Amino acid sequence: MRYLPLSNIERADMLARIGVASIDDLFADIPADKRRAGLADLPTRKTEMEVERLLGRMAARNTAASAAPFFVGAGAYKHHVPATVDHLIQRSEFLTSYTPYQPEIAQGTLQYLFEFQTQVAALTGMEVANASMYDGSTACGEAVLMAHRVTRRRKAVLSGGLHPHYAEVVRTLSRMAEDEVVTLAPDVSATEDLLAAVDRETSCVVVQTPDVFGNLRDLSALAEKCHAEGALLVAVFTEALSLGLVTPPGHMGADIVVGEGQSIGNGLNFGGPYVGLFATRQKYVRQMPGRLCGQTVDADGNRGFVLTLSTREQHIRRDKATSNICTNSGLCSLAWTIHMSLLGSAGLSRLARLNHVNAVKLHEALESLPEVEVLNASYFNEFTLRLKTPAAAVVEALAARGIMAGVPVSRLLPGAGLDDLLLVASTEINTDEDRAALVAGLKEHA
Amino acid sequence: MLNRQGRATQPGEAASAVVHPTFTGNRALQQEEALIFEFGRLDATGVDVDEPVAFTSRLGGLERRDGIGLPGLSEPEAMRHYVRLSQKNYGIDTGVFPLGSCTMKHNPRLNERMARLPGFGDVHPLQPVSTVQGALELMDTLAAWLLELTGMPAVALSPKAGAHGELCGMMAIKAAIAHKGEAGTRRTVLVPDSAHGTNPATAALIGFTVKPVPVRADGTVDPESVRALAGPDTAAIMLTNPNTCGLFEPDVVEIAEIVHAAGAYFYCDGANFNAIVGKARPGDLGVDAMHINLHKTFSTPHGGGGPGSGPVVLSDRLAAFAPVPFVVRTADGFRLVESEADAAGQGAQPFGRLTAFHGQMGMFVRALSYMLSHGADGMKQASEDAVLNANYVRACLADLLSQPFGDRPCMHEALFDDSWLKDTGVSTLDFAKAMIDEGYHPMTVYFPLVVHGAMLIEPTESESKASLDLFIAALRDLAMAAKRGDAERFTGAPYHAPRKRLDETRAARQPILRWTPPEPVRDAAE
Repeated sequence: MRYLPLSNIERADMLARIGVASIDDLFADIPADKRRAGLADLPTRKTEMEVERLLGRMAARNTAASAAPFFVGAGAYKHHVPATVDHLIQRSEFLTSYTPYQPEIAQGTLQYLFEFQTQVAALTGMEVANASMYDGSTACGEAVLMAHRVTRRRKAVLSGGLHPHYAEVVRTLSRMAEDEVVTLAPDVSATEDLLAAVDRETSCVVVQTPDVFGNLRDLSALAEKCHAEGALLVAVFTEALSLGLVTPPGHMGADIVVGEGQSIGNGLNFGGPYVGLFATRQKYVRQMPGRLCGQTVDADGNRGFVLTLSTREQHIRRDKATSNICTNSGLCSLAWTIHMSLLGSAGLSRLARLNHVNAVKLHEALESLPEVEVLNASYFNEFTLRLKTPAAAVVEALAARGIMAGVPVSRLLPGAGLDDLLLVASTEINTDEDRAALVAGLKEHA
Repeated sequence: MLNRQGRATQPGEAASAVVHPTFTGNRALQQEEALIFEFGRLDATGVDVDEPVAFTSRLGGLERRDGIGLPGLSEPEAMRHYVRLSQKNYGIDTGVFPLGSCTMKHNPRLNERMARLPGFGDVHPLQPVSTVQGALELMDTLAAWLLELTGMPAVALSPKAGAHGELCGMMAIKAAIAHKGEAGTRRTVLVPDSAHGTNPATAALIGFTVKPVPVRADGTVDPESVRALAGPDTAAIMLTNPNTCGLFEPDVVEIAEIVHAAGAYFYCDGANFNAIVGKARPGDLGVDAMHINLHKTFSTPHGGGGPGSGPVVLSDRLAAFAPVPFVVRTADGFRLVESEADAAGQGAQPFGRLTAFHGQMGMFVRALSYMLSHGADGMKQASEDAVLNANYVRACLADLLSQPFGDRPCMHEALFDDSWLKDTGVSTLDFAKAMIDEGYHPMTVYFPLVVHGAMLIEPTESESKASLDLFIAALRDLAMAAKRGDAERFTGAPYHAPRKRLDETRAARQPILRWTPPEPVRDAAE
């Protein structure tokens, strides 16, 4: 087997050196009646070529985003990732390293994490960021738990504009931790009264911008209300690129900012792995979940980096830890930070503007269609359409024509009576031809 | 000797031991590298994006007004920056990485190629299911392999990492307990002292009280200790098997029976599954839930701390409570069950949702590629070789290092304590740092907590005998140096790494968690 270096002669020599007669003597602690001779029901080894053929066949049954006019978003976005990013993250020393427990031989990982934390803090307009979370939705769940620790309250209020999967993650975690959650009704046009939902029991309000329907939200008044009531404002985003063009939550008074970083440096990957971003105020840093990288010096006085404030973490604090998290999203955060370093502020804001322009162009093209209505007063690169027929059927019909039209709201909120709504995202990848194809498809099927 | 051009062909006579400082601080291939914020420019970019033509803004007055303040790099600068950073890192491809409990095995590049097929890597999680049948087939196939390898009836694929899998399993247990009307009484989780920190942290996160189970003198859990603690208030035991001392729990079946007789559940931490693939199945041992770290046993890269993937296999008693989403096979192909209402229609009672979308697809592809490559025969051989390698290291060091539980076979990792270092002036940490100078990544140190100054060595099946022989020889040389009083080789180590020992206390006392400019920097975009 190509991955196993030992030869049978070596195996025999090693058993002799150990002083046992057979390999099974090393498994003697497994109760005899539970020992297995093998895995008879599974196939045997395959060559590299055979595996490629088999998995290639499965892959070919999927329609890749780049193979179609593509307008699917709702929490994951198709963007162009520079070739440099994918090359660099496959460097052996990044790809095959571990969590940097031995900092003297992990300065590469630690330095990019320090750069990543700095970039995330700047992008979100916050003071500190951690070294990443699993994804945006789990970061959102952790933000609520952190708010409970900070405020010593146990009630979270979720905006009706929060991505329904994120809301479900928070509700699941809260149900299990026996905390209270209030979820507002789906809020298609960003008109809900969140201020009225905040009271002295509220630990935090969780609100997304751009929200799941694409609306941009000014959080300033809500932040003031939260702070007046002793609650924290948790701001969420699922499209990190929006922060290149839109006022970041940190500038609107948010206390914790979490979101999905996939848009920058990371592919769609059918939903994972992605990279959760988590930022907050300096004063709350010791209540943060996840890994943190900090600057220090070595014995010669040279600057270096280490994982720090680990007394918050499970391997030290066990059942008193701020979170059970051990792994973060290391390689995805590397992809993020490389892409961000390539972009810089200048490239980032240009790319963000291009996304917005493409969405505006699509909006304008759709205005000619009586079959659809754009519901948003504001948006970044995604908005909500009202169709005259159920959106799910329209999406299927367009998929059959090779057009990926978007996400029917009914897929995220089944049974909510929003079957005629379609979320449509437009990024830098979309061309005029893509837009024309979508408009023509909607004209025929919507 | 000189060649015909008068150039010396042999090294000069200069004292090679003298270290000459360099102007740059670089040491040949080892380059000092500044932070991007110190040499990037605010108007620089390595991505060509056309400036959009004039347009009507639909931002509702929420345009970002600061300049963000992030410097950019041209492509060659970025390439060099990150390549230089990579050269300060140790990976599996660099050398022996015997980090106990972490299973740092070879990461096949075929897996990387497969995960990057556009049909897997460039597919959106919310595309119509008719356009992702192959992706769902892959998930279904991976699930089938995991069930066969573990002997369990159900699996939840969505957990994002091992600790997330623990959360999934314990949530399923909590849901099952609530379903039986025992939510108010079954609130205690038994956790052996030798457990990973994630176990008690997970249990506490969802409101359980953790009750420690002492580990007996041989490093395993005594069923009588469990019997004494298990009762009507017990929700579950979280037991790692093979355990963190590198031993298979010989009484695991009896422990499972005791826990079940008390009306509780058996959560197994599957971090060490690599030792027993094809040799024993958790389903035959009475396990109710177990997470599988695809980034350990099934070779998906650790990537400097993630991403991981932690599918959880579930027993019949817990299967109905698995979270959404899950894949079902119908006459018309594969379907995703994404909502609780839809799941109820399938006869399930999911405890909720753990994450947006469907889990770590990129890791699923890599893990299945590993499984297909090895096949049943290769995976059994891999486990046997992992155990063989660990025992070989153990046997070859047994006369110099001390084993806390006696000279007995281990599973896939060999555990030593620090009693052999007594009075040498060398600590476990010093010994680990001296290994860095010898070109090795240290083993796991000071874990498990039940062993003083623990050194946990997991060579994995990926090491050749020649590689192990050199590793063993180096460790023997270090051990003898420590014993003969050459403490300086250890207490100042590492001497040859990109950095000397780093001051972690200072980092924690005065946390600097982001770069700040030495003086105000004007943003060119403003």
